[in-house]
Amino acid sequence: MQKLSVRHLLGIKGLTENDIQLIFETADNFKSVINRPIKKVPSLRDITVANLFFENSTRTKLSFELAEKRLSADIINFAASSSSVSKGETLIDTVNNILAMKVDMVVMRHPYPGAAVFLSKHIQAQIINAGDGAHEHPTQALLDAYSIREKLGDVRGKKVVIVGDILHSRVALSNILCLQLLGAEVMVCGPTTLIPKYIHTLGVKVEHDLQKALNWCDVANMLRIQLERQDIRYFPSLREYSMMYGLNKEILDSLDKKIVVMHPGPINRGVEITSDVADSRQSIILDQVENGVAIRMAVLYLLAGGQN
Amino acid sequence: MNQGIILSNPRFQITIKRLCQQLIENHNDFSDSVLIGLQPRGIYLAKRIHEELKKLLPKQHIKLGNLDVTFFRDDFRHRESPLLANTTSIDFIIENKKVILIDDVLYTGRTIRAGLDAMLAFGRPQKVELLVLIDRRYTRQLPVEPDYTGIQVDSISSEKVRVQWKETEGEDQVILVQEN
Repeated sequence: MQKLSVRHLLGIKGLTENDIQLIFETADNFKSVINRPIKKVPSLRDITVANLFFENSTRTKLSFELAEKRLSADIINFAASSSSVSKGETLIDTVNNILAMKVDMVVMRHPYPGAAVFLSKHIQAQIINAGDGAHEHPTQALLDAYSIREKLGDVRGKKVVIVGDILHSRVALSNILCLQLLGAEVMVCGPTTLIPKYIHTLGVKVEHDLQKALNWCDVANMLRIQLERQDIRYFPSLREYSMMYGLNKEILDSLDKKIVVMHPGPINRGVEITSDVADSRQSIILDQVENGVAIRMAVLYLLAGGQN
Repeated sequence: MNQGIILSNPRFQITIKRLCQQLIENHNDFSDSVLIGLQPRGIYLAKRIHEELKKLLPKQHIKLGNLDVTFFRDDFRHRESPLLANTTSIDFIIENKKVILIDDVLYTGRTIRAGLDAMLAFGRPQKVELLVLIDRRYTRQLPVEPDYTGIQVDSISSEKVRVQWKETEGEDQVILVQEN
């Protein structure tokens, strides 16, 4: 009987290729479940999950919540803005208080990199990292790779370019690790100031010309400019960024092949991607959202099942 | 590990043909009835029954589906590793139909309980019947009894009954395995 090699999902780093394939195969089954008239299964009915969001989120929070509900888990939600964190409570104290209420799993998003790893060393419950600062966002990477597999049949041998604010993006790092583990080639593209200096040590190609990058790739994953994490100005203006790195219909049509366009959301229409591209047939943005629920169900199911 | 054959050809084929005749007695032309095999091993019996019924009723289109019960099991968190799911493929609605659930071995009855739950996601059937090739008597942990039985087997809990198929193991037979 197969099971995951990890007790927590803290990042893609630490997972094996077998783990990812197991998650994908389980997600295939959950995808068929969520397309039935009755979309709920009773697998996690004896489990309580705490969703701890110390940072804003719409998609990831809703997606996790829906995945937990589809698996019949009990849920408690927590948002830092309306909590005692603002009264000076530490992270461990906050979480231990929640666990005293008999919680089995914790889904956490936190603005500090490593918060999930730190927590996993100090508490009993299983932890799923839903994004820690600019470090990792493993479920996003899994659903991105799963969506590529669904659209193109396989991830192995495919060429994927990640365009945009690589420096501040947790999606970029998790995607690079996940895609490489599955045998894809990865390139990052963006202005020099938004590409981390030593990123080539991860084995990725670096390109500063969007047209060249798109000519090379099978899949383009467009990232948002994370203005909230930028402490200084990294480029002259959003308009100039958009002119040099925004994906529009003209560039897309000038390519000699039909590439797949992805975006982890939230989209800033007219900045990194124009509306006509985001809503075009080449875009799989809404498939990514649907697959997100199936992937998160698979992760919750596999982690909960290996517990006893 | 000792093992002994408890059902083999030609009795194996005769048993399947007899089960089909019993089904026809109750379901006539199968216009309101559907067959659902339980994953993972019940699907082979369901397929065999379906093929045999097609030979007996060549003009009828008899519906056959596969149902996976993994997510509905009650022992999910009592195991070392998670149970891995199989595919469910039911491309028809079972609302107001007579459903014949098919599994190879009836033992504790827990798989059938999960199957009844899983099935309800596809509608409310008019009636549900249970067909099994092997009924292991005196081992039930839930009040579940079959409507159609291939053979009854009396065995102790350290023994396992395995149904083998030409498609998977190369031969149609039922064996009793004694685990040391």
